[in-house]
Amino acid sequence: MTVDSSKDLHTDYLEVMMGPSHPAMHGITQIKLFLDGETIVSADVEPGYLHRGFEKECEDHRWNQIVPYTDRLNYVSPLINNVAYVMAVEKLCGIKPTPRCDYLRVILSEMNRITDHLTCVGAAVMELGAFSGFLYFVKARELYYDLMESVTGARVTYAWTRVGGMRWDIPEGFEAQSVAAIKETRRILKEIDGLFTKNRLFLDRVVDVGVISREDAISYGITGPFLRSTGVAYDVRKAHPYAAYSDVEFEIPVGENGDCFDRYKVRMAEMEQSMRIIEQALGKLPKGPVNVDDPRFVFPPKQAVYTTIEGLINHFKLVYDDVHPPKGEAYGYAEGGNGEIGFYVVSDGGNKPVKCRVRPPCFAIVAALGKILEGHMVADIVPIYGSVNMIGGEMDR
Amino acid sequence: MGLETKLQSIPAIASKVEFFINWARKWSLFQYPFVTACCGMEFMSVACSHYDIARFGAEFPRFTPRQADFLLVVGTISHKQAPILRRIYEQMCAPKWVVAFGACACTGGFYDNYATVQGTDKVIPVDVYIPGCPPRPEMVLDGLMKLQDLIQKEKLDEHLRHPKYKALMP
Amino acid sequence: MSIQAAEKIKEKFPDVVEETHSQAGDDTVRVQRDSWFTVLEYLRKVLGFDLFVDLTAVDYLAREDGLPRFEVVVHLRNMTTGKRIRVKSRVPESDPSIQSLSPLWKGANWFERECHEMYGILFKDSPDLRHLLLYEEFEGHPLRKDYPIDKRQPRVPLLASEERRFSRPADETPHGHGPGFQE
Repeated sequence: MTVDSSKDLHTDYLEVMMGPSHPAMHGITQIKLFLDGETIVSADVEPGYLHRGFEKECEDHRWNQIVPYTDRLNYVSPLINNVAYVMAVEKLCGIKPTPRCDYLRVILSEMNRITDHLTCVGAAVMELGAFSGFLYFVKARELYYDLMESVTGARVTYAWTRVGGMRWDIPEGFEAQSVAAIKETRRILKEIDGLFTKNRLFLDRVVDVGVISREDAISYGITGPFLRSTGVAYDVRKAHPYAAYSDVEFEIPVGENGDCFDRYKVRMAEMEQSMRIIEQALGKLPKGPVNVDDPRFVFPPKQAVYTTIEGLINHFKLVYDDVHPPKGEAYGYAEGGNGEIGFYVVSDGGNKPVKCRVRPPCFAIVAALGKILEGHMVADIVPIYGSVNMIGGEMDR
Repeated sequence: MGLETKLQSIPAIASKVEFFINWARKWSLFQYPFVTACCGMEFMSVACSHYDIARFGAEFPRFTPRQADFLLVVGTISHKQAPILRRIYEQMCAPKWVVAFGACACTGGFYDNYATVQGTDKVIPVDVYIPGCPPRPEMVLDGLMKLQDLIQKEKLDEHLRHPKYKALMP
Repeated sequence: MSIQAAEKIKEKFPDVVEETHSQAGDDTVRVQRDSWFTVLEYLRKVLGFDLFVDLTAVDYLAREDGLPRFEVVVHLRNMTTGKRIRVKSRVPESDPSIQSLSPLWKGANWFERECHEMYGILFKDSPDLRHLLLYEEFEGHPLRKDYPIDKRQPRVPLLASEERRFSRPADETPHGHGPGFQE
């Protein structure tokens, strides 16, 4: 006769801090875990270790000076943040960018979406142990960093959009370099697909892990690949088309179960769709100016600045006093790498915002993380957190 | 402890021993990448195949301070994060170095507000500052080479004398 | 944006709606604070605005017309029809509290926690109003307009001063020399 003596033992849940300086936490989230053996009974996520005061800085800076701060929100796809911010301000001012500007914003946003997904999936597989997969992803990412560097001058943070347009136009040879980069990326993605999609080691870690239901996801305010993996086909580019997205054809990949493997598949498929969009947009790129012809928002051409007094005064006024949107509020949004990134701007007619709020997509996702982790094992935190794509700059601002 | 001080008194042997120890240390640095923000993207680029920090022997990140040689502070340090940074630094064993990677880690960057520490050197002593927002990978490698020069010039009993090891002691 | 939703709210709750507008195409409804929960419950359960987009507050400190200082703003989206709406409510400084929306949307809790620590607005009946982005020792509410931007509250004793350096004394100009310069 065996006696189960473990019933007499007093047991308690083990409280473990999966602390803020942890590689799987991407450095800046703390998860307070209550464990029963290896199983998580409850998880309390604490963000905020990268809170840099974005909104307070915005209230202290002029409208165009905020653009570099927006870069550092979702720093794996910075141009999308820039575009979303200037779209909010342009919506408030009531100006419509030029067609060429719209197409360029689409092309560069999609390139940044590709870098976002490459970084996210790359870091996720690295944390699962496949370091060489990470090397392939970063190799592909370098191509886009070189492309962005040829346009904006910087590799990671660009500050390239302005209210009314962009800093300057794309250089010669950009189309050819993009086409070559896309071809190379397709080749690398095919290699990666062969490495992971049918790999038993990978599938065992990610299938049926981190499942969230459709209703829960919508109630938490989750958008982006996380929501699309549960089966909801909501993409801001299709639901509320902005810039030139209504002129290009693309599909929205959608998952079924809402687990980590679906998110991986959705992200890989979205990269292919982004490449399709870039190819179409490059083919249709209209000629013309990049900035709107409105002296209240955009610098006059240099010829006019140096030869006419009106041009000089206009330039001086815009540099020192910046734009003055009309009194009121607007909410401008775009499809970021993680979901709907929105900017709620409030103006009182001055050159500094009263309020510039960013609606961070991954904030809503990490809010749901505590609930998703319940019932899983500690080792499952790694693929789940990797599929969340928590970008600290965006979550904590 | 006594061995280094005794060896220091015999310059002929000390300088040779120093040379080899420092040479070994500088070509096999174990980094602790304390990655917080956007500079992490350039850190990933440096660590990967294109820019390849592995040529310098410094590719293997040790995610525990007990096994790390140098603390690479990548990205902004907020006031909430500062005690953790200090604790990690205190947990590392001598000899240890700190590299401030990026403008935010050097001086707080353009976040001059209530939440951001104005530079890592307000919290822990720093050896090499790599400016840039974010710095190009080549600049990071240049910073690493400067750290290697610093290491090469160290004396054997540096950890007994250098003020940075006493900076945080009460 | 949803004009119909704004109109329906005005129909159902005629005396609590203070103002509606559609500036820049965003439909906005401003309601009285006491009916905040009932209006949003109507939006959620009857009109089907199920995606919780955003919750924040705005601080209008320099308001001369005597109106309440804060304004809590919620953005919502209806996933079936694709319509969006913004609902606002004014909150006075003397009693900065408003009903919490956590029973209606699960995502509301984290947004309310952040709003509470940044502005000091109390969300009544909220399940959890601990600090989210700031630390426990932090005193004050930083996003209020009267909190100075560089008022720092360090958690560890710092090795050097963090004073803001760009306000220079009068004799140290950018192109001139500092005090004590000898020609």
